[in-house]
Amino acid sequence: MIRIEQYESIVGKVLIEELFLLAGKLEGRSIQNINSTAVGGGVAEILNRMIPLLKQLGVSASWDVIRGDEKFFEITKKFHNGLHGVEVEISQEEYEHFLHVNEENADDMEFSDIVFVHDPQPVALIDHRKTNGRKWVWRCHIDFSRPDPRIWNFMQKYVTQYDSAVFSAPAFARTLPIPQVLISPSIDPLSDKNKELPDPVIEQTFERFGIDRSRPVITQISRFDYLKDPVGVIRAYRKAKNHVDIQLVLAGGGATDDPEGPMVMEKVQAEAANDKDIHILLLPPSSDIEINALQRGSTIILQKSLREGFGLTVAEALWKGKPTIAGAVGGIPLQITHKHSGILTYSVEGTAQWIKQLINEPEYARKLGENGREHIKNNYLITRHIRDYLLLFTSLMYEGDLVYLG
Amino acid sequence: MTPNSESAFHFHTKLEQTLLLGIKARSVVQLLDGIGSVPESSVYFHTHHFLLQHQYLSPEPPNDFAYWVSELVGNAALGESLGSVDIVAFDSITGLRDKFISLLETHISSDAYRPDTDHGEPFHFMASRTFVLPTSFVAHDIREFREMIGGVSIESLYYHIFDARLRLGREENDFSRWLRDRGRPDIAEKIRKLDPYAQTMEGLRKNIIGAIGEVD
Repeated sequence: MIRIEQYESIVGKVLIEELFLLAGKLEGRSIQNINSTAVGGGVAEILNRMIPLLKQLGVSASWDVIRGDEKFFEITKKFHNGLHGVEVEISQEEYEHFLHVNEENADDMEFSDIVFVHDPQPVALIDHRKTNGRKWVWRCHIDFSRPDPRIWNFMQKYVTQYDSAVFSAPAFARTLPIPQVLISPSIDPLSDKNKELPDPVIEQTFERFGIDRSRPVITQISRFDYLKDPVGVIRAYRKAKNHVDIQLVLAGGGATDDPEGPMVMEKVQAEAANDKDIHILLLPPSSDIEINALQRGSTIILQKSLREGFGLTVAEALWKGKPTIAGAVGGIPLQITHKHSGILTYSVEGTAQWIKQLINEPEYARKLGENGREHIKNNYLITRHIRDYLLLFTSLMYEGDLVYLG
Repeated sequence: MTPNSESAFHFHTKLEQTLLLGIKARSVVQLLDGIGSVPESSVYFHTHHFLLQHQYLSPEPPNDFAYWVSELVGNAALGESLGSVDIVAFDSITGLRDKFISLLETHISSDAYRPDTDHGEPFHFMASRTFVLPTSFVAHDIREFREMIGGVSIESLYYHIFDARLRLGREENDFSRWLRDRGRPDIAEKIRKLDPYAQTMEGLRKNIIGAIGEVD
């Protein structure tokens, strides 16, 4: 098990001491996380990492998962898509079933002092808060910038009953009568996807995929999804390749729950034609080390998304000190300050132009990568995420803009 | 509280919680409206958080208003004007807010002004809540004080330099105040004159240590 002290060498002793100090302010209070799945997905991943670390800090933290039948999860999948801006139809009967499952779960649960509810599935538990005095916080992990207004109207009745709501990016904030807190997601520098790798591992990975390390490699790691614009990436690579000798790696998972996936892959393969310098890698889910190695061995990382949630793949690339060119969408502008810690682009042409410039100016590219890594270190590692959560729980006990925690 | 003229200097640190106000600006006119109506803690946030989040980039970090206008609206001249506001010259957020309002109003009423189109990424108004914590660093004399300046977190420096003046309404930063009370107005004055907005936090730390100089 990873110990909280292992992060000291990365973020410094003072920050870890601060976490213990802050955790001490929560003495005697219990914190209960509630979500809808114990495995799979970003929320379960972060809770699996965070709960043991919170306990090591002395926080009484627990995690409960709500139960639901297949129909419930079909409905919540529709919620999820609708909140992402996709048009969906939800019947009155489905809304009622959703509420019924929430009620059944609430009846079976004992709530802690602070109830931290993640995402839409358990949002209506608040309707059954049995005792006053407990604090309830709703944590929204999803892109909330263009929610379907009908679903949002339904959810709003429940969200506004909470003491506070937490969003991952400024663009997701709503007009609400309760405080809204910004807590960005994070990456774990000790995970397989982000830990330091010995050079031979990187070397072997490139060899295995037949990528030539003696020439510059441009890489985009992402699902094969229209919104990640893999075809645009190939077009930008082609434009740049007229002037610089580069290879392109497009690597990512298969997106099995995405019916458009195979179609996107077909288009990507057609666009790549028979270019031997384009490597399209469909990786299985357990490829964290390979992804890490591909990122570390690349010259430039791209994330040319057209739409993005927070875009943690950008944080992963920057953490590895890689010069990164990314679309200015979703949470990406929070991670990249244009021309300081990376490059933000809006088009195929702009992306191609910056690929050429960074290949031709390695010193500037190196500085971008260095700044990017420092920015991630200060703002997007799991230790900052823990600090924000501890502060969130503590803040529920105080009022005002300036609080002395003596 | 900190510092006490009769006693040691207790270093404090601070943690910031970022609040989302749900208010957006899609044009320079909306930016002006927003600056005029958001709480003071929002103006403070947008003129200061850059210093902590991007400490390695500067010596001259822009404020959020200047960054958005320059990089996303694409108005370099107005961006430079907003980025050149001498924040150290203000002793209240109200004065600082009025300065930004006046610059934007002047721009909008000038011949050079053209109504904006949609720039894609809007400006999102945020604010912050500050939580102050005592640290284990306590200096009993100037020699210890100098040593500890080298060891405290940048958040601690930030609190005693920036928050002390603009958020707590103290006449000068906590370090200068304590040194003056210890009978060293010369060092106090040197630190007071440092422009903390024109250097990185690590640069500021070095300059404070330099201002104290060698002490017995």
